[in-house]
Amino acid sequence: MGSPIAFALAVQPFLSLTNISKSYAGVRALEDVSLTVYPGEIHCLVGENGSGKSTLIKIIAGVVQPDAGQIVINGKTMHRLHPIDAIREGIQVIYQDFSLFPNLTVAENIAINHELSRQKRWVNWREVREIARQAMRKINIQLDLDATVSEIPVADKQLVAICRALLQNAKLIIMDEATTALTEREIRSLFDVIHNVQRENVAVLFVSHKLDEVLEIADKALIIRNGKVVLDVDARELDRSKLTYYMTGRNIEETVYEWQGDSDKPPLLEVRHLSSRGNFEDVTFQLHAGEILGVTGLLGSGRTELALALFGAIPIDAGEIALDGQPIVLRSIQDAITHRIGYVPEDRLTEGLFLESSVGNNILARVLDGLKGSGQLLDRALMKATTQEWIGRLSIKAPHAELPVKSLSGGNQQRVVLAKWLASKPRVLILNGPTMGVDVGSKMELHEIIKQLAREGLGVIIISDDVPELMQTCNRILLMRRGRIVEHFDRRQITEMDLTQRLVAV
Amino acid sequence: MTSQETARQSAAPWVRLVVRDGNLLRLFIACVLIFVVMTLLRPEVFPTVENFRSMGSQFPEVGVLAVAIMIAMLTGGIDLSVVSIANLSGVLAALFIRTFIPAEASDVQVVIGLIGAVVIAFAVGMLCGLLNGLLVARVNLTPILATLGTMTLYTGITVVITRGNAVFAENRLTFIGNTYLFGVIPIPMLIFAVVVAVFSVILNRTAFGLKLYLIGTNEKAARFSGIDVPRTLIGAYVLSGLLAAVVAMIFLGRNNSAKWDFAPSYVLQAILVAVLAGVNPAGGSGRLLGIVLAILALQFVSTGLNMLLLAVSGGQFFKEFAWGALLLIIMVINYFSERRK
Repeated sequence: MGSPIAFALAVQPFLSLTNISKSYAGVRALEDVSLTVYPGEIHCLVGENGSGKSTLIKIIAGVVQPDAGQIVINGKTMHRLHPIDAIREGIQVIYQDFSLFPNLTVAENIAINHELSRQKRWVNWREVREIARQAMRKINIQLDLDATVSEIPVADKQLVAICRALLQNAKLIIMDEATTALTEREIRSLFDVIHNVQRENVAVLFVSHKLDEVLEIADKALIIRNGKVVLDVDARELDRSKLTYYMTGRNIEETVYEWQGDSDKPPLLEVRHLSSRGNFEDVTFQLHAGEILGVTGLLGSGRTELALALFGAIPIDAGEIALDGQPIVLRSIQDAITHRIGYVPEDRLTEGLFLESSVGNNILARVLDGLKGSGQLLDRALMKATTQEWIGRLSIKAPHAELPVKSLSGGNQQRVVLAKWLASKPRVLILNGPTMGVDVGSKMELHEIIKQLAREGLGVIIISDDVPELMQTCNRILLMRRGRIVEHFDRRQITEMDLTQRLVAV
Repeated sequence: MTSQETARQSAAPWVRLVVRDGNLLRLFIACVLIFVVMTLLRPEVFPTVENFRSMGSQFPEVGVLAVAIMIAMLTGGIDLSVVSIANLSGVLAALFIRTFIPAEASDVQVVIGLIGAVVIAFAVGMLCGLLNGLLVARVNLTPILATLGTMTLYTGITVVITRGNAVFAENRLTFIGNTYLFGVIPIPMLIFAVVVAVFSVILNRTAFGLKLYLIGTNEKAARFSGIDVPRTLIGAYVLSGLLAAVVAMIFLGRNNSAKWDFAPSYVLQAILVAVLAGVNPAGGSGRLLGIVLAILALQFVSTGLNMLLLAVSGGQFFKEFAWGALLLIIMVINYFSERRK
């Protein structure tokens, strides 16, 4: 980790916030929060969703004005910090959407602000490329300068954003939930990049709720809960249970799932030599009722494609699928639904939810055809009852079923997606990244819900590269690499460390 | 529950809707305001039965077309071909009437012939809509391009069939344009009311209607939720075509003739009404009540201005100006009131 704290203490802090408070319409978002960041320090800001992390970031970026408290940057007291001041002082925020220009190339995106700020009338393309190349060299990365940004992977987009920030003479880069959309291996290389950034004596405020990452990357950690600082420590003093405890305010028991069924009985779902050209090859496995089967692998290993094929969303070239011993054909999503196979997609926001629609409509979207009363009309009483039933059964915290689903927290949104499928009474449920972007507390609760569903006889397949999650929920785990299943573990015969190593091994 | 809330709960559903939805509320206020102002300015001509009959015969055509546009817009698409569908089905219906109802036909023959003509117009409208739907849902063409193409195609077919001439139908059909229920309500307005009633049931009370909204909100999520997106989209365009055929019957009733180049400007007017009504062009939201309020507001403005500016030379050309201005004003107000939130 090589933290330069000892060195840093001798110098002036880059940023120091003292007793910052902020309320929105009478609701306390932040109360008496203090934070000090030294140059070249990796400071983690940890907290569950809704804890006040985003408000704090916005205050540092000058987007939101605090009600009380003091902001000192580079020894200068900022009485009213505007976004432009924050940028001038070297504060760069990399938001989750990266704010890139998707239709421009990598080089243009990296260099554009730099070029613009020099107020030249003409663009010198050779210079643009040279600037971009130098920025990449600084943090030791290689990207295709001429690639269009909309076509490069998420991880690379992030690197482009980092390069751009560095070019703006960044002294502090704030990364908001930077790893949400990244795979294990991409997270590794992002951490390397962050360490390179650190070597340039630039501080990083790494906002996250993923415990393992915090423990790995942080020099210091500030944990906030309900708008208050609960812990501000040197990261060396932290461990996972302590972090969880401070973050959620409670001790969360991490349990495992024991499957009670009989593996000699005929399986619920059987997949034999399944292939889809360019996606995966010769996949064979069985799933019994009540089992939770993990399918893991890096991005591009074919894990998502396998899930989509089992859901009828991408074509199958060879092999067979049998449900209850009966061969079935999955040519479309409608076929999968007829056979009561459900799929909770990877990206909740773009694939799972109707963000602007009400919580109720989201829950009912899958079962609309079954809610007809007399004639072709929808039975409103039945709609209401079904909605209430699932809000209750999955403890979805929504003040009102009529509210748009986008107003809920990530964990509750994911419950809505789950409810949508459970309402259709599936026999096999495929969950792709079931707790992506969900905070620790809700994550554990979602795991419990999934386990309970399995105990009731549902066959569950979890696609994930979150190793602790797989270890806590699955009773068996398949490892995919380059479109093939390369290993098959009973959860009891493997450790978390072992699985992580095999996952990232090439 | 406070007394205010109780009052709100017990109010008619449309009142609750108007109070809750900012855009509808502003439209409602605009409607009332324009009405009152025009009444005050021209008390001798504006608030008269004569004027209501005249306005009631004018707005239903664009009104029904706006409902058609709304259906496509809810899914995130658009149907530019509505007027050409109306003209094609109108011409075919008129040809049918001319061929199958002889000049000396009895009333019974006329009624049977008219029913046949309506069936033909509706079938043609739905077929045209089906082609639009197939292009959008199965061939994955962008709706605006697909229907721009079919708009030209349908117009072309109509020109070929009629060699560019108007087709005259049967005199007795003109009762649609000249009869008033209770002496006040013109038949086209009645048709508009029926269309609004039927479609408000389709949109709000059927699984199909809810699916239209969901597809417009997030097509991918709709697909992943097992909604048969192509089928629903095709259904939307078929309904849009059907509504175009309804408009064809109003055209025919009013003019007693059909022609390939009738009312081309109605497409853009209908889009304007839909947007003014608060239908999101990106899909997913919009209310029929908005369409009703928007078309009324626009009708009041254009009739009122016409009356005010009759003396001024060129006053009758103010309609376009007024509509454009009203659209921009409401949109600007919407923008600022949304931003204040």
